[in-house]
Amino acid sequence: MWRAGLVALLSHWRRKPLQLLTLLTGLALATALWSGVQAINAQARASYASAAQSLGETRYAQLVPMSGATIDQTVYVTLRRAGWQVSPIVEGRISAAGESYRLIGFDPLTVPLGIAPEAADFGGNLGNFLTPPGQIFAAPDAATLLQGQFQAEVISAENLAPGLLLADIATAQDVLDLQGQLSRLLVLPDQPMIQPEISDMAPMLQLRPPRQDSDIARLTDSFHLNLTAFGLLSFAVGLFIVHGAIGLAFEQRRPMFRTLRALGLPLGNLVALIGLELLIFALLAGAVGMALGYLIAAALLPDVAATLRGLYGAEVTGALSLRPSWWLAGMAIAVLGTSVAGAGAVWRVSRLPLLAAAQPRAWARASERRLWGLTGAAVTLCLIALSAWLFGSGLVAGFVLLGSLLVASALLLPVLLHLLLGLAATGAKGALAQWFWADTRQQLPGLSLALMALLLALAANIGVGTMVSSFRLTFTGWLDQRLASELYVSAPTPAEAPALRAFLEQRADTVLPIWHAQARVAGQTAEIYGVVDHATYRDNWPMLDLAPDAWDRVAAGTGVMVNEQLARRDDLWVGQTVDMPSGWRAEIVGVYSDYGNPAGQIIIGIDQLTARFPEAEKRRFGVRIDPAKTTELARELRDDFGLPPDNITDQAAIKAFSLGVFERTFTVTASLNVLTLSVAGFAILTSLLTLASVRQPQLAPVWALGLTRMRLARIEVIRALILAAITVIAAIPVGLLLAWLLLAVINVEAFGWRLPMHVFPGDWLRLGALSLLAAVLAALWPARRLARTPPADLLKVFANER
Amino acid sequence: MNVKAYIAIFLAILLPVQIQAQGFSGLGSNADGFALPQPGPSFSFPADHGPHPDFRIEWWYVTANMTGADGKEYGLQWTLFRTALKPVTRDGWSSPQLWMGHAAITTPDAHFVAERRARGGIGLAGVTAEPFAAWIDEWQMSGTDMNDVTLSAQGSDFAYDVRLVAVGPVVPQGQDGYSEKSAEGQASYYYSQPFYRLSGVLTLPDGPVEVTGEAWLDREWSSQPLSADQTGWDWFSLHFDGGDKLMGYRLRDATGTPHMIATWIAADGTPTPYQAGALTAEPLATARVEGRDIPVRWRLQMPERGLDITIDALNPQSWMSTSIAYWEGPVRATGTHPGRGYLEMTGYE
Repeated sequence: MWRAGLVALLSHWRRKPLQLLTLLTGLALATALWSGVQAINAQARASYASAAQSLGETRYAQLVPMSGATIDQTVYVTLRRAGWQVSPIVEGRISAAGESYRLIGFDPLTVPLGIAPEAADFGGNLGNFLTPPGQIFAAPDAATLLQGQFQAEVISAENLAPGLLLADIATAQDVLDLQGQLSRLLVLPDQPMIQPEISDMAPMLQLRPPRQDSDIARLTDSFHLNLTAFGLLSFAVGLFIVHGAIGLAFEQRRPMFRTLRALGLPLGNLVALIGLELLIFALLAGAVGMALGYLIAAALLPDVAATLRGLYGAEVTGALSLRPSWWLAGMAIAVLGTSVAGAGAVWRVSRLPLLAAAQPRAWARASERRLWGLTGAAVTLCLIALSAWLFGSGLVAGFVLLGSLLVASALLLPVLLHLLLGLAATGAKGALAQWFWADTRQQLPGLSLALMALLLALAANIGVGTMVSSFRLTFTGWLDQRLASELYVSAPTPAEAPALRAFLEQRADTVLPIWHAQARVAGQTAEIYGVVDHATYRDNWPMLDLAPDAWDRVAAGTGVMVNEQLARRDDLWVGQTVDMPSGWRAEIVGVYSDYGNPAGQIIIGIDQLTARFPEAEKRRFGVRIDPAKTTELARELRDDFGLPPDNITDQAAIKAFSLGVFERTFTVTASLNVLTLSVAGFAILTSLLTLASVRQPQLAPVWALGLTRMRLARIEVIRALILAAITVIAAIPVGLLLAWLLLAVINVEAFGWRLPMHVFPGDWLRLGALSLLAAVLAALWPARRLARTPPADLLKVFANER
Repeated sequence: MNVKAYIAIFLAILLPVQIQAQGFSGLGSNADGFALPQPGPSFSFPADHGPHPDFRIEWWYVTANMTGADGKEYGLQWTLFRTALKPVTRDGWSSPQLWMGHAAITTPDAHFVAERRARGGIGLAGVTAEPFAAWIDEWQMSGTDMNDVTLSAQGSDFAYDVRLVAVGPVVPQGQDGYSEKSAEGQASYYYSQPFYRLSGVLTLPDGPVEVTGEAWLDREWSSQPLSADQTGWDWFSLHFDGGDKLMGYRLRDATGTPHMIATWIAADGTPTPYQAGALTAEPLATARVEGRDIPVRWRLQMPERGLDITIDALNPQSWMSTSIAYWEGPVRATGTHPGRGYLEMTGYE
């Protein structure tokens, strides 16, 4: 009986291969979108972990300079000889073979076991690593690129984060031109019994406790949460398709279920068989979905990697590696999704009365009760959103708010449609019009899920589109303001900086030092920039808030300006004071926008910087010059001054780079958006197919009353068009609400900046037209089938009248 | 100290896998431009107390037997190893001279160990002959000359600070300081100062202990000290109550009976070297240490000197859990020549 039952159940799919394809496609798509996003996130996190491991940052306390970038090497020797077990690290960024790399130098003799050497096994010869010309370890791809770029031998090492180079401390000091200088000291966990106070030995250093997760992971969390939210949305939309397909198959098989039961198959066995059938589909479609997910992830990963590098300086491997946990999680989500989508259908089968008429229930009524239920659920969700808004904080609360409002809007859609159609029916003149509205209302329960999916996809599209366009508008304007200098140059070494400045001053209108130091402000690392008093800043700097005489006060050393990120994070605004290193309390006289920078930043007068931060990096300069002369000046810098081309950047190049980073940041979002919308279109198609197949008994009488099949088909298309149009119109306010939440809540939490919102009605029109087109296309197929239904089939309805 | 030599320091800083594969004899193979010990040396002091960077490996090795004010027996070890990747010196990080320190205190029921590693060239570790100073990080052995030095070291759970005063002469080992290690000609330069009187303070988890006793310094340098089939060694240094001293070691190889080399040092410092066969050592009992059986009771016989003694470890668990692990600790001698000293054993798997 088991075998016969299963064969009978499966025979349905042999007769309806299209339905099978729909079911499997929907499930595979849902799994693919979800697992693709997961694969990207996992890859990125693995790269952060390996990068953090290479630095030993996660597990060890460190001594870092209070101000300035480096520690004199003699301080290290003094500490060791006083009984402090510390290990030196020197690091910096270098450009080679057209790419930027982070080079870390360490001392293999004193480094805590299990840090750097895990990535590089020294090729079995420590001597070659330690003694000139030395060795540089790089990820395999980078190693190939970098062959011959250094005096040191470049060696390929698996498991090294891309963009990260490891070398002995001597080799790294040479390459970075930091002879005798260290970046920080790792404090080993095992310290000897008798030690002097570190503050007596090295007052210029501060102890940074070990951290659970690295800065990179914290900064990029928001980015990955964004991706995850999109993955989840796509998955949910995909499940609408699966739900539709399963629902249709079960409706059509009701007679078969009854027959099987009548033949003696116990109810429990029937339900088990159906469960088995669904499990087979879940595993089958899950496997296909995982393969698709891999393709999606592989296609999107280069953009994600570029974004993360541009935005956060985080290195992510461009090549995807698959982890067993990813496969397992993907298959689990496919099975879980199938059970969610099929639960309702299985439940109805389990309550199938053995003796009742086993006809498809095309007449399921849109009951008042169901609408009240939907309204209740929506109100509950709105309350959840409200409490997240009032009491929550952080990105998760932001997403709860956003998710609840989206789902609530979707739940309210059938209620809205019901009311609108009811209104239309009362105003309708003539029998046909009245039948049309009543019949449309009748079909709402079957279509509402697909329409909800469409609403969600449209709202997401409008919301994200508005956010991206608003951001682009603000960002390009901000770039124009911020990048006021025509040329940006940096001296290869601090020693060459004065000569470079003198050289520039003879040729340019103005030379603006861009000098900075790193310091701990309000518990986190911040960049401190010193600026000269010049009209370039007064005229161009993108201020959000400004005290009177602000620039004068910065120049006089009585005020500082902070970027928006720092202001929002620590609630520091104009008029308040901020605690700077070495006990300096400075008043804030301005807050400026600083997009694309995850860290806090402070602007002080250049005199303050040189006085208070003697170790500041003083190599960069902005050059104001007649734009027509920039090319000439760049040539002179190269040929006459001998500056490497990498050290000269013109304004246009920086702008292009920044906009490139920006565009790539949203490529992923846009791709997911398009995929979600296609899935929604597909959901409508499957719903309409479901309805069409069971509607013959309803249409036959109308046909018999004189409406031609062609006319009936046309009415079907118009109906789909009207429903889609109402959904599109409803989606616009929902999308705008979403955009506002993204700009004013999610962005502030995720990146630390708030953006002004701009609306783009042209985009809505295009999107609306696209949706209507999709709805028409989806309706055409069932309509065409209706138009070609043999009259005999319609007549049979009356022959079999129940 | 002698055979300790064969601790391949270089290997100690490589991967453990390689250490296991090559064993303690990993250095025996080639010399890469390093100087080789020649028979008939004449040492020149104080210069030879300092480093010899043209040789591959070298050490300053102190062991001491002490009695505390609390009446308990204690042992102490202070070792500075030098190993060169190339036979040159350079200032800065690129110096090919690498240093490693081992320190330990042994009590009847505890054994404290610490290890340090450092690169030469930037001042973290080194040795100067005059005034004498040997150091790695905060560990030091220093004084105006070798006859009066202070010695200090510490780990996370112990520290010591003691003074060593020589009451006898420096003693050359082997043939006037040329010590042969194998029939193929592997050899080292080797001298000892076994006549140090010690006084000072040990700091233990329970608090400080005043101690007095006697210490033994071994100085040895070479470039290719061990032949490939030698797997480990057992090394004894003994202070007899009568004032005489005995140094003896045997190199074990995969085949055959180990041969024992020895030097008898009279109370006035006159050494008498003995070739294989004069001194025999027989393990009597083993202890389970770190998952292996290690002989901690020995019978030593030397008919020519009328010697027949039993050696017992003060603490059988004197395990040096350093990057290359070995057994080293104080021992007590009973029998014809009672006394105390140190035992080192390597290569027991």
